[in-house]
Amino acid sequence: MKLTQKDLLGIKDLSVEEINLILDTAESFIEVSTREIKKVPTLRGKTVINLFLEASTRTRTSFEIAGKRLSADTINISSSTSSIVKGETLIDTAKNLEAMNPDIIVIRHSAAGAPHILAKTVKQSVINAGDGAHEHPTQALLDLMTIRSKKGQIAGLQVAICGDIAHSRVARSNIYALTKMGASVTVAGPATMMPRYIEQMGVKACCKLEDAIVDADIIMMLRIQLERQTEHIFPSLREYSTYFGLNRKNITLAKDDVLIMHPGPVNRGIELAPDIADAPFSIILDQVTNGVAVRMALLYLLTGGN
Amino acid sequence: MANQKVVMDADGIDRSLTRIAYEIIEKNKGVESLILVGIRTGGVFLAQRLREKILKIEGVEIPMGILDITLYRDDVLKTQKKPLLGKTDMPSSLDNKKVILVDDVLFTGRTIRAAMDALIDFGRPKLIQLSVLVDRGHRELPIRADFVGKNLPSSLWEAVTVHLTEKTGRDEVVIEESV
Repeated sequence: MKLTQKDLLGIKDLSVEEINLILDTAESFIEVSTREIKKVPTLRGKTVINLFLEASTRTRTSFEIAGKRLSADTINISSSTSSIVKGETLIDTAKNLEAMNPDIIVIRHSAAGAPHILAKTVKQSVINAGDGAHEHPTQALLDLMTIRSKKGQIAGLQVAICGDIAHSRVARSNIYALTKMGASVTVAGPATMMPRYIEQMGVKACCKLEDAIVDADIIMMLRIQLERQTEHIFPSLREYSTYFGLNRKNITLAKDDVLIMHPGPVNRGIELAPDIADAPFSIILDQVTNGVAVRMALLYLLTGGN
Repeated sequence: MANQKVVMDADGIDRSLTRIAYEIIEKNKGVESLILVGIRTGGVFLAQRLREKILKIEGVEIPMGILDITLYRDDVLKTQKKPLLGKTDMPSSLDNKKVILVDDVLFTGRTIRAAMDALIDFGRPKLIQLSVLVDRGHRELPIRADFVGKNLPSSLWEAVTVHLTEKTGRDEVVIEESV
């Protein structure tokens, strides 16, 4: 079994079979990270470049650890220390990296479509680690994996995604992923953060958080992305928190065994009350653990086989 | 599927496993610090059967691990289709353990090479012994088995398949000319 494309640019391009292959492979990789010697020799002699042109703790560390646990050489480039500050274009940077013959390039960029340009420019496999407000496929895959391991399956579940839907690549990738896998998705957020025609993606849209989380099996809270907002789209953080924050009171509307997810970083006290973020039914840190396994699976599946 | 020949039937497999179980106990002077490690997938079922047999003989349930060697294969990045990765499950560190590695067919020895590399990542075993149901020859590496169910001379054009009830519904070792 193999993935049909050279790159992983978005969930939109993946088939259900490919998603299942990635999740099954990732589940087998979980064990490697629990060993005393957390390393297998599989990608010995391979080079992975992590080109992170936008801030990241989790995703970058996760990709770096994933590469290292597979014995690949990993190199991290961030925008502040790269020649991008000297005015080099993305394509020139890509061609120069390609000339050093890596095997996989992981890219995060603030512009939607940057990984796609890179994938057309270089012969290496490109993994999208988040492009603007477009997609964040590895996040959606680790979310699917976390849901599947906690709930046994994804099909038939009621999932609410709440917050800044319009600016969220996590929401977009998860909507593609969850609907492909047969879950029912409801999104909620202030009208200014709700894309028009969102229903065309196969989801139900609500203007009130309470409406979206009724009978939910899973609630995914999104971070308010102050860095992507060009104008004031809500009056104040306090008001946002009052109407769209998840707390002890409104969570009772969901199913008794509801699980809370968040892609991180959490704005405590804004979208998530602190006691909810730390509650036993919060699986935010499981998401992080599974993230390493999903990225190991992708590096493994995208390397070699010529 | 021309020229299929059954070289071991269910009784034959069971007798071989009984003998191997006795041999393991004899060679190691008991079951102290033994651990059975089955190589996915055939070796896992054989290791389970050996474990039951040793329990019957010695009255001791010895620990058992499951090993998937995919990540250690020397051709893992060269094959067109990636082998599906299975789960490895090692119950404890292998430090100072006597490891009985169990597989169904011993052929080139490359699987065993990969398995030994994997085992070392789980600690420093006191020793590793190899148990196989069938040794069909054609080694490409300096590896030999300590316990063999049946030595089966074969040509490179033949395929040897071990069928186990847990996997394919019947116990049988079949040799056939491969197409």
